[in-house]
Amino acid sequence: MSDAGPVKSIVTPTHLEYEYTATGAQAEFLRQIGQGRLRGQRCDECGKVYCPPSGACARCGLPTSEWVDVADRGTVSTFCIVRVPSENIEVKLPYCAANIVLDGSDVPFIALLQECEVSEVRIGMRVQAVWRARELWEPTFENIRWFKPSGEPDVPVERLGDWV
Amino acid sequence: MSASPPAFTARHVVAYDYRRSVGPVLGRFFTELRARRIVANRTAAGRVLCPPQEHDPETGAATLPEFVPVGPGGVVTAWSWVAAPRAKHPLARPFAWALVRLDGADTSILHALDAGSEAQLRTGMRVRARWRAETRGEIHDIECFEPEERA
Repeated sequence: MSDAGPVKSIVTPTHLEYEYTATGAQAEFLRQIGQGRLRGQRCDECGKVYCPPSGACARCGLPTSEWVDVADRGTVSTFCIVRVPSENIEVKLPYCAANIVLDGSDVPFIALLQECEVSEVRIGMRVQAVWRARELWEPTFENIRWFKPSGEPDVPVERLGDWV
Repeated sequence: MSASPPAFTARHVVAYDYRRSVGPVLGRFFTELRARRIVANRTAAGRVLCPPQEHDPETGAATLPEFVPVGPGGVVTAWSWVAAPRAKHPLARPFAWALVRLDGADTSILHALDAGSEAQLRTGMRVRARWRAETRGEIHDIECFEPEERA
């Protein structure tokens, strides 16, 4: 394939493979999700609950140790509609990646939102986890296939506080 | 001491191909590679830069517009032996990353050197470019460098 014109651009492949090892708090979170439970950690100092927990409070810089139950439903704090295809995405376009704050947690995390039109997604929308079949549960976040609308009334934006 | 539960580990792959514009100077360099030629450019002070650059790295001034042929032979100015190549390395057998100052150039280019064994390597050794069978206008059009005496 010899295009005779001058070269104007090149493709730079970026590729990094590594072995990830979960820390203590992350490993416990994974063991719990392997049992169908979502748990987070509360900061002793500011009281914020992190789910998934990293083992430390990002705001206070202190280790966290108190475990609390977190619901498998929550509120969309912000979202992104993805219309551009990319590798390794098995979901049909367009799809919605949403930041979700679970009930009982104080930090959003990103998750796939399915079972509704992307045009219906809105900040404050109530959603619930869709778990894969119980016999397939493993210590992985993939136990939750995605979130779907729960049908509950929206949370007013002014009550979302720092999340939006 | 109680036994720790087993650690959870997972293989992570972060990868994407991104396309970057190369501009007129490196664009010319890659265009010449496609024709199996290596070119350099000059600074106002007369230093010959290969790979060519848009600016003189010492003064920041623009380099001169004309290009000059260099190589394909040159000398190794520094090297580092890779005893266990990884999957994405350009050669599947042990090789060296080498800085090669091509004949006619004052600066060195970083590339793979297929030297056979670490014992063959020495700073100052003569090497030359080995071209890939089909060129595409990119740095890998030079498959690697190889020792001149063996070539």
